[in-house]
Amino acid sequence: MSRDDAMFWLKPFIARPIALMGLGILLGTLLAAIFAPWLAPYDPFAIDPSIRLTPPNALHWFGTDQFGRDTLSRAIQSARMALLIGSGVVAFALGTGVPIGVLSALFPRLGHVLMRMVDVLMAFPSLLLALGLIVILGPSVVNAILAIGLGYMTTTTRIVYGLTLRLRTETYVEASRSMGAGTAWLVGKHILPNLVSPLLVQASFVFAFAQLGAASLDFLGLGAPPEIPSWGNMLAESHTFITRAPWLLFFPGMMIVATAFSLNLVGDALRDRLDPRFRQLFGEKG
Amino acid sequence: MWSYSLKRAATTTVTLLAASVIIFAFIHIVPGDPIYVLLGDTATPDQIDALRHQLGLDQPIILQYLTWIGHVTEGNLGRSIFFQAPVLSVIADGAETSALLATMTMIWVTLIGVPIGMIAAVRHGTWLDQGLSGAAMLMASIPTFWVGLYLILIFAAWLGWFPSSGYPSIFEGGIVNLRYLVLPSLALAAPNAALILRLTRASMLDVSREDYVRTARAKGIRPWQVVSRHILRNALLAVVSAFGFTFAALLSEAVVTETVFALPGIGRLVVQSILRRDYPVIQGVILVIVVVYLLINLIVDLSYRLLDPRVELQ
Repeated sequence: MSRDDAMFWLKPFIARPIALMGLGILLGTLLAAIFAPWLAPYDPFAIDPSIRLTPPNALHWFGTDQFGRDTLSRAIQSARMALLIGSGVVAFALGTGVPIGVLSALFPRLGHVLMRMVDVLMAFPSLLLALGLIVILGPSVVNAILAIGLGYMTTTTRIVYGLTLRLRTETYVEASRSMGAGTAWLVGKHILPNLVSPLLVQASFVFAFAQLGAASLDFLGLGAPPEIPSWGNMLAESHTFITRAPWLLFFPGMMIVATAFSLNLVGDALRDRLDPRFRQLFGEKG
Repeated sequence: MWSYSLKRAATTTVTLLAASVIIFAFIHIVPGDPIYVLLGDTATPDQIDALRHQLGLDQPIILQYLTWIGHVTEGNLGRSIFFQAPVLSVIADGAETSALLATMTMIWVTLIGVPIGMIAAVRHGTWLDQGLSGAAMLMASIPTFWVGLYLILIFAAWLGWFPSSGYPSIFEGGIVNLRYLVLPSLALAAPNAALILRLTRASMLDVSREDYVRTARAKGIRPWQVVSRHILRNALLAVVSAFGFTFAALLSEAVVTETVFALPGIGRLVVQSILRRDYPVIQGVILVIVVVYLLINLIVDLSYRLLDPRVELQ
């Protein structure tokens, strides 16, 4: 990426302080995930019944839970799961959606069949699809990624399909083809490079909604196993204590909100940099 | 119009049939033989064979599918293992709660999303617009169950204005029982109102760039009349079509909300059936929701063409 390219992507953030804040929060989450063991003031798994349900204080900034575990340390540790789920869902959605979308657009007969199959999957509301898949596969982190990812695979495929159909008829692509370029060359040289920016936008929205989806699955007890700290699991474990310890649910929930909100802000800022012809392919829901 | 309607109805039927294959396959892919689920571990081989024959599970898979789809069209969705009752009646028991919850949610979504979206569009580019749009994005980033828990804490536990959980039928306790649905519908409305707000705003901005709006302004028509007569009417078309979609999506989004508020709706039925491994109920609910979802989308699509004759030309 040249300096001009970097400026192109940074510009919407400099113009919009709130988007810059979003980028900052994301960076913070990333650092928290990487350096969790060093950043966490206490062992996130250490149980101490003598200090159970302590309100936030100088020693425990976010208070402690019903087992006396430090909420701040657990919230920091949970950033890892958020990052894993988010990047896993994005990788799955893009890893399947991009090839299916590109191939469908380039080979209309195959595309007709594949896009009909995508339509059928889209007849299932995404949370329902995720729940059905969890019933078949059983609850686990990997299965949560697959279950949530499947819903976004369909939207990603639709977007990539629409984009590739447009790119295919661009003059430079047709010129390249008339000069004897093969399909693989066209895809590598013209199609994929042009998909990068819109996919970056899609990735940020998918990452955001994956956080909310994972939190829902965790809350229902159908996501990450309860022994793994995640913001959703923290809410699920403590929600019965809400009247006795209202702060207990505040911080993990705020982490989910902050992460999802930041990703939406970043996605929105990036979307404004997109080619206007591509922008309309992005619905409000990402 | 008619040829389009028929074509659209045909596509929906094909999609529905394909979806039905997936839903049928579901019960055959789930871990564990359904026979063992029904009979338990202590069944003798004779009992197993007898039940397998009785349920038609020894038939070829295609025949099983045809039998199943035949039953489905007659309204027979099988029997719930947990309730020992027809699946359709189990689902019907939850329908009242879910339908009322979805309707009430849509009322909030309309009351919050449309007017605020209009204000943001009219004040496009100002700090008010940026503030409202930012607030909408924030609302879309909040987990509904988390909002729900704090609504319970504040308005049920602390202030005591609304009940915290459950829902007795309005047919038994009267219309006042709707108060049980106020907090859950508000929680569920938050992200969807945000969606409609952003859509109303975007759609109004789109329309306001049209030539006829510029003409209207050039003729000297008062700004508020341009907004109400020229922009709003056309902009709301896109919003109306999103309503149908949102309503249909609510049926599944309600899964978590109904669980938090312990509402006896279809959403909580799914979660409980998953935990009870009551596969016929899960299958039935998925089928019902997909049918409703596709039907609403079909109706919205067709009515959209009635409302906006220009669509026909494209």
